[in-house]
Amino acid sequence: MDFGFTTAAYVVAAVLFILSLGGLSGQESAKRAVWYGIVGMALAVAATLVGPGQGYWLLSIILLGWGGFYGVKVAKKVQMTEMPQLVAAMHSLVGLAAVLVGYNAYIESVTVPEMNEAAKALLRGFGAVVAHKTPTELTILHVELFLGVFIGAVTFTGSIIAFGKLAGKVDSKAKKLPGGHILNAVAALGSVAMLVLFMLGYGTWPLIVMTLLALFIGYHLIMGIGGADMPVVVSMLNSYSGWAAAAIGFSLGNDLLIVTGALVGSSGAILSYIMCKAMNRSFVSVILGGFGNTSGPAQAVEGEMVAIDAQSVADALNEAESIIIIPGYGMAVAQAQMAVSELTTLLRSRGKSVRFAIHPVAGRLPGHMNVLLAEAKVPYDIVLEMDEINEDFPETDVAIVIGSNDIVNPAAQDDPNSPIAGMPVLEVWKAKQVFVSKRGQGTGYSGIENPLFYKENTRMFYGDAKKSIEELLHLIRR
Amino acid sequence: MKIGAPKEIFEGEARVALTPDSAVQLQKLGHECYVEAGAGHAAGFEDSAYEAAGVTVVKGAATLFDTVDFIVKVRPPVDAEMARLKPGKTLISFFYPGQNKALLEAAKATGANVVAMDMVPRISRAQKMDALSSMANISGYRAVIEAGNNFGRFFTGQVTAAGKVPPAKVLIVGAGVAGLAAIGASTALGAITYAFDVRPEVAEQIESMGAEFVYLDFEETQQDGAATGGYAAPSSPEFREAQLKKFRELAPEMDIVITTALIPGRDAPILWTKDMVAAMKRGSVIVDLAAERGGNCELTKKDEKVVTENGVTVIGYTDFPSRMAQQSSQLYATNIRHMMTDLTPGKDGVVVHNMEDDVIRGATVAYQGEITFPPPPPKVAAIAAQKPKEKPKALTPEEIRAAEKAAFRKQTRDQLIMLGAGGAFLLGIGLVAPASFMAHFIVFALSCFVGFQVIWNVSHSLHTPLMAVTNAISSIIILGALMQVGSTNYLVVLLSAVSVFLAGINIFGGFMVTRRMLAMFQKS
Repeated sequence: MDFGFTTAAYVVAAVLFILSLGGLSGQESAKRAVWYGIVGMALAVAATLVGPGQGYWLLSIILLGWGGFYGVKVAKKVQMTEMPQLVAAMHSLVGLAAVLVGYNAYIESVTVPEMNEAAKALLRGFGAVVAHKTPTELTILHVELFLGVFIGAVTFTGSIIAFGKLAGKVDSKAKKLPGGHILNAVAALGSVAMLVLFMLGYGTWPLIVMTLLALFIGYHLIMGIGGADMPVVVSMLNSYSGWAAAAIGFSLGNDLLIVTGALVGSSGAILSYIMCKAMNRSFVSVILGGFGNTSGPAQAVEGEMVAIDAQSVADALNEAESIIIIPGYGMAVAQAQMAVSELTTLLRSRGKSVRFAIHPVAGRLPGHMNVLLAEAKVPYDIVLEMDEINEDFPETDVAIVIGSNDIVNPAAQDDPNSPIAGMPVLEVWKAKQVFVSKRGQGTGYSGIENPLFYKENTRMFYGDAKKSIEELLHLIRR
Repeated sequence: MKIGAPKEIFEGEARVALTPDSAVQLQKLGHECYVEAGAGHAAGFEDSAYEAAGVTVVKGAATLFDTVDFIVKVRPPVDAEMARLKPGKTLISFFYPGQNKALLEAAKATGANVVAMDMVPRISRAQKMDALSSMANISGYRAVIEAGNNFGRFFTGQVTAAGKVPPAKVLIVGAGVAGLAAIGASTALGAITYAFDVRPEVAEQIESMGAEFVYLDFEETQQDGAATGGYAAPSSPEFREAQLKKFRELAPEMDIVITTALIPGRDAPILWTKDMVAAMKRGSVIVDLAAERGGNCELTKKDEKVVTENGVTVIGYTDFPSRMAQQSSQLYATNIRHMMTDLTPGKDGVVVHNMEDDVIRGATVAYQGEITFPPPPPKVAAIAAQKPKEKPKALTPEEIRAAEKAAFRKQTRDQLIMLGAGGAFLLGIGLVAPASFMAHFIVFALSCFVGFQVIWNVSHSLHTPLMAVTNAISSIIILGALMQVGSTNYLVVLLSAVSVFLAGINIFGGFMVTRRMLAMFQKS
């Protein structure tokens, strides 16, 4: 049977996927773009069911529906602050699926060539594809599925650990087994050795050993990366899940898998690159965990932190004309976005200019803060990126820092010995007044002292972000 | 302690060092307050108001000086007052010890302590008692009002049915406290305001007040105000020439000129020469706030208003604060009250004259029969030293074009190298790999390329939805599982069934959550 129809459907689906990603360039077109993606996916699944995937239709549809039921359930009840965990968890599913499909391909590739001609003629779907392969093609098939399983396995455990860290189920501090990166390197080398053995025809066990090694790499690699670097990790895993799909696509000879995998892979790679650039760190240094080398002692911080009460902050806000709010992960943790949104609406109704400044790595996921603020119904045209708003701080009356730390750390610019030296930061200290809403006096996630808190125009507004903002709301409404 | 304010003897002085308001605050510190009858009359504070505030009104200066321990005054003491000082008494007033050596000697002879309000060091902590600043603020404001009084036109420009009125142009020379106050008042009245200062670091302050900073085209190492406690220092003759040239250029355009240029411990520099005055329009006004020290304008006469032959009014009054006596008394009395707060650390009416304290030590010029002027330098620097700033060199158009060209050439070269390397790599694979693999590989390479082109355009705020949607479509892996589920091998069927299930979760969950997120993005 010739699957001309299926190929045509795949082309349409591929185009729809590209349009879907391209549509995310703007908030309005994005709403349309997601439909492109849905239609593309439906088309691809339907075409496969009709074409090469015949047989056990019922089983396929039931399982798909069953999985879909859980998917919808989770998607409906998940809170926007939990988005990073959800994305990480979903990556692990793709990784596991890639491993399973890879194993299937291997089993088929071993069993099918040994069948007699009559049995081959009865094969459907993937088996039929394998049946037509020459020995060279089978070798290549093995390399491809080996790669697919490797990437899939790394993605699987890596995503589970990332999920655990983001959900607070695993300690988010960077942790390594004794031996550190050498263990990873050994495991990676071992995997390469397994590939050689696998190719030499040593049977199934090199594949299984490699899978175990890859699972270990995924676990250990992500365990060694601290919570503050999670945006990079999540986008990196996103990229991996794409590459795994592409590698499986090669082994199955399915162009749509290759196209889509490549799209997702490059998307994740670009996101990781953007995140790294925003932290002024190389991708390698993030992946290897810990901060880059410091060349000397950090500058001593002078001055003292001055605390302030809600009434004074409210007074300052009443007098201010232009206000910039800088949210960070702390706002997400305290679930303060609704209160912040209400405060924004209130201040805007009094004719004040209120804007948000979002640092590219604020939160635990690229664009995390934008989603939270959108959830709280903050209009997106007052939510600005670092580059758009950084020049406006000197003309700003009040800057409110809510639960962010490193992204507003002046040491990145002033202190060449700081671990974050050279990282682009929001220049909040140039505003006339800065209020920092913070739980306590400690340093943030990265453990770096922040001289902003000691500046003359900075006042520390201690307390839980949500309670603090609600108190402000109450005081300003009066 | 007993604190008392006598009536000012100086001719035309309307201010008083104690107001009913400040007296209430002083009493909270545990002090008793006294005032000479009629002392506050000229500033608008009647004796009855003092009495209502709990102040004892005393008849005659002699009685007051005898009764109280602390004498608070505005002007430096005259001989008659000096004669009434005794050991154990403390005088707080303006004193100008640098210029009044004889007065200082006289004070030493009396054995009384003298705290000079003009000697309060310029550090942040002492700003609340910086009487020079609070008085300069009033002078600056009043200078604009005084100028307006003598100026025959509007400050602000108007277009009316009766014709168009051009706005007044005001130049303010010297942007210290008085200068900045004058800028504020002038811009508030609607005039086009220019300001000049030898310290380039105040340009920002000038612009923040709404005036335009007059830049000099002059190459010289910058004066750093931090070295002189925030005050201006004398400039080089070349700089002065450049400055005067600029003023000559501006003179014909300006309607009002307010000069406030003073250098500590020197005569006022002449900045507005006769020929500049001659170049000004009829009806223009010059207010010289430096008249007390000779004036910035050559034609200034101290304490007088003169009109030149070409109809320019030159005002040389020295009593601007006294012309707003009520306001300035209030501010000055508050400065004094803050000084007393520092002198009464326990808030129990017991004065501790702590000569270790930077502010108190700096302001005390005579202490227990000794002259304690000049004070040692304060331990805290007034203003943090400026870090030298590297100015980026302005590029000429040719240089910019050359740089653009070079960048373009580099970009072209980079792209060619990338294309070449990529092509060679593909070719290399093509030599060994079978055709079926190559067909897939081409698709793969093109998709990566398309992916990179598309993703760069995704807006930053949509990165989370992007991740969710790519996550959803990466479950395209389900196709592989669907293709395998029809296998004859039951292990394969089982594994692919699990994969279909997992991918199913992902597809529905991923798209669902993306839609939820995107629906939340709203425009205001």
